[in-house]
Amino acid sequence: MNESLFINIIIGISIASTPLIFAAIGELLVERSGVLNLGVEGMMIVGALLGFIVQFHTGSPLLAVLAALLGGMAISSIFAFLTQFLLTNQVATGLALTLFGLGFSAFAGRGYTEETIVLIKAIHIPFLSEIPFVGPLIFSLNPLVYLAFLMVFLVWWFLFKTKQGLILRSIGDNHDAAHAIGHNVVRYRFMAILFGGAMAGLGGAFLSLVQVPIWGEEMTAGRGWIALGLVVFASWQPFRVILGAILFGGITVLQLHAQGFDIRISAQYLSMLPYLATIIILVSLRIRLKNKTNRTVPNCLGRIFHSTS
Amino acid sequence: MSNSRFTSILKLSFLSVVLAFTGNVSADPVKAAFVYIGPTGDHGWTYAHDEGVKYAKEKLGDDVIMTTIESVAENSDSERVITSLARKNDIVFTTSFGYMNPTVKVAGRYPDVKFEHATGYIRPDNVSTYSARFYEGRHVIGKIAGRMTKSNVIGYIASFPIPEVIRGINSAFLAARSVNPDVQIKVVWVYTWYDPGKEADAANALIAQGADILMQHTDSTAAMTVAEEKGIHAFGQASNMREWGPNAQLTGIINDWGPYYADRIAAVRDGTWASTDTFAGVQQGMVKFAPMANMPTDVKNEAMQTIIDLSMGAIHPFTGPINKQDGSPWLAEGETPPNFPDLLTMDFYVEGIDSKYPN
Amino acid sequence: MIKLIPRVENSKAMVLLSPLLALTLTAVSALIIFIFILDDIKVSSVFFTLFVLPLTDSYLFPELLVKAAPLMIIGLGLSIGFRAGIWNIGAEGQYVIGGITGGAVGLYFYNVEGFWLLPLMALAAIVGGMLYASIAAFLRIRYQVNEILVTLMLTYVAVLLLSAMLQGPLRNPAGFNFPESRMFHDSALLPIIWEGTRLHIGFILAIILSFVGWFGIKKHMFGMQIKISGSAPRAAKFAGFDDNKTVWYSLLISGGLAGLAGFFEASGPAGQLTPGLPQFYGFTAIIVAFLARLHPIGILFSSLLIALSYVGGEEVQIEYNLPSSITQIFQGMLLFYFLACDILIRYKVVFNKTKN
Repeated sequence: MNESLFINIIIGISIASTPLIFAAIGELLVERSGVLNLGVEGMMIVGALLGFIVQFHTGSPLLAVLAALLGGMAISSIFAFLTQFLLTNQVATGLALTLFGLGFSAFAGRGYTEETIVLIKAIHIPFLSEIPFVGPLIFSLNPLVYLAFLMVFLVWWFLFKTKQGLILRSIGDNHDAAHAIGHNVVRYRFMAILFGGAMAGLGGAFLSLVQVPIWGEEMTAGRGWIALGLVVFASWQPFRVILGAILFGGITVLQLHAQGFDIRISAQYLSMLPYLATIIILVSLRIRLKNKTNRTVPNCLGRIFHSTS
Repeated sequence: MSNSRFTSILKLSFLSVVLAFTGNVSADPVKAAFVYIGPTGDHGWTYAHDEGVKYAKEKLGDDVIMTTIESVAENSDSERVITSLARKNDIVFTTSFGYMNPTVKVAGRYPDVKFEHATGYIRPDNVSTYSARFYEGRHVIGKIAGRMTKSNVIGYIASFPIPEVIRGINSAFLAARSVNPDVQIKVVWVYTWYDPGKEADAANALIAQGADILMQHTDSTAAMTVAEEKGIHAFGQASNMREWGPNAQLTGIINDWGPYYADRIAAVRDGTWASTDTFAGVQQGMVKFAPMANMPTDVKNEAMQTIIDLSMGAIHPFTGPINKQDGSPWLAEGETPPNFPDLLTMDFYVEGIDSKYPN
Repeated sequence: MIKLIPRVENSKAMVLLSPLLALTLTAVSALIIFIFILDDIKVSSVFFTLFVLPLTDSYLFPELLVKAAPLMIIGLGLSIGFRAGIWNIGAEGQYVIGGITGGAVGLYFYNVEGFWLLPLMALAAIVGGMLYASIAAFLRIRYQVNEILVTLMLTYVAVLLLSAMLQGPLRNPAGFNFPESRMFHDSALLPIIWEGTRLHIGFILAIILSFVGWFGIKKHMFGMQIKISGSAPRAAKFAGFDDNKTVWYSLLISGGLAGLAGFFEASGPAGQLTPGLPQFYGFTAIIVAFLARLHPIGILFSSLLIALSYVGGEEVQIEYNLPSSITQIFQGMLLFYFLACDILIRYKVVFNKTKN
């Protein structure tokens, strides 16, 4: 395989994985706090629309990204309010959020389907991107890709190196005990949900600001659901989100290439690979790490917290 | 007889004669309904149908009341939508193959309502079918692609391996080969009609594998934007996608349904509607092209000539000798295929295509 | 200061009032939206079309029931697992597999008539759905792989499998090479119980199953197992309830019922297998289950309500030329309000003067 094809593939994988990284790392934080938000798809699509609209009207990538972030947060706040203050069931509320988000974005975006914008281009880090082979591969990617990696690091840092992160994790494992100690369970979860919304919004914006400069209803095409699966795949560990997203995005891209290479397997079966691989690799990871303490589900995931004081 | 009475009788007689000749003179506008499979904003398949509806509305004015409904999935729900429309309309157009069985079922229950099913093949008395010879469009762009490619690789983003899509691939390939014996075509199946992200991924994969011209049988403008960004060429699908590819778009195949729709609705208005099968192409004006651009004059002239030939029925994109991919003969020298079964059930690649036929 | 005080026991009055309040709030919100976007259409007629027409119209009403049936069946199955905290998000995949297996049996015996065919197809569908769901159960028990991931991923696989089957072994040989199966012959189609409509026997079975489910949960030990496992897993373990058994039962039941729903769809309103088989019933049923607070009889009603929003919403689109996204927005809002008002059943809203 020649070098430029290889680089093309790597870049393609980075484009396919980044929306997943954003959405999954956001949802990971939310689930670590004990909340299951199935509304990722709805939040992503809102981010995609708002990013597109702001980029279209202002031409400023910075404002567009900010808008997507805020949009995701805004719509996630509905979920946060319902589940944390009105104590609604998280699964149902999350699904309602997806439904609402898809409908709202489709409706609000009706005037923008004929438009196009200027994409956010990849950057070339001076010096480093000149390094042969490694340069174009690692140091010439899209700024949002670097941002995604940064967010994963920050989430890891927050969860495992800060006091608040520890508290958040303890809330996810045992919200009653955490409450008894005096931590404000609702506030932590609310903030976590907003963060998740912001990240999902960013993930969606990546689609309309980096991948294709167009807006179309439901253009997220199920990526939010994949992100949900990836959080499980990552066993709720931040860095594994990257692994999962690259695995999934990578196989998706590779199966397209495989068709071009004329691999003699029917395209439907090739298309199944990313989904099957996600399961199989997780199982094999579990088998290999059988004796180590495995990160399992945060105990309180999905359960409603009733404070009695 | 008084003068006024005489005049009245005269008027009445005149009117009767007129009525007798024009038959079903309906003062009420025709109520026409359209079922779309996607959003009009796709700027592809559904967009083209909607443009056709607008054209027909403009042409017929107050003679027609249009109703459209978007994004109707091809499942058992569609039967309900079609029925609801049949209850209130005189003619219902269902614009995608997957509506076939529901359309036929509903047509059976509403014998007085007319139905028009796009790309279908079942025709009870009150159902017409219509489709366009898109492969003629592919023939033209195939030739252009054959001339314009430098890498000799045409990238084709295909949706589902149904006959219509296969026809397009074969036609494009044959045309490209006819002007460029070294050209090859690479096909990637995305198994969706509309997914901008995936179409972009497919486009990038094809480009990475050497394609410098893109064709698509999917509905979004994603591939065009990728082509524009990468500085290569592409063709618009179902509509003029110039806006997304000012430097990339060479031309585009435009589905022009407007005149057909206007005709069929007028036929209902005039009482002359009957079940027909329409398989029209360039000659009948159903397949049109976006303005030629971004190409040298000689390529443009050749393309224009090809279009003229097609519009006069002088050439057929599938003219033998052509063999199937496995080497078995299909068309003899000078032979052209019948619509059925060859074209309408096409399930093979022609000889020369390297890609494996899906399945 | 607004405070929420838990009630001693659920307010019976609120069980009826809170849905009404939710409907009212949805109506008011919809009103505001419609006033903005509809210029010359009477809002009241839109509401009529949305809520009342599907109930009174002789064509739409049976269609409403047809649409509610799969939601009821799948919702019932899901509710059992959800009570135990087993998150089967992939009922859609099990539904598709059930459609494939049930449909394949019907196509295998193409043009063979007999009363035995339908029950055989149903059995194949249930077994297919069960087997598919059992993958998730197995992986959860053996490797602690969370069922959310497995069921979700397998849904995509199931849809692709359907496409592969329709392109290959199940394709109609006389179908112009389009990826559709033959139309099912008479013995493979579900009997219609309301002449002239699409209402088939599956609807009756759905209702019967709802009652069976209710009875089962009330009386049977397993039901108690599920109730307790869901609310206090450790206590459940102490009481000797087998966690693994709960996982198996939950996934097998929900998988089997989802598969059955898939068969009902294929042999009922669709009459064949097409790529359009998956209609997100598996996901919508999750909503149905939770709106009913996982109660089998409640699911009966919530499935009708959701079906109403689909059928009515569709009519509104047709009648007033509104985009399909309006229906989605409306459904999302309806859900939000329902869920929000639900709290009034369990909690009392108290307005306190903030103490200084």
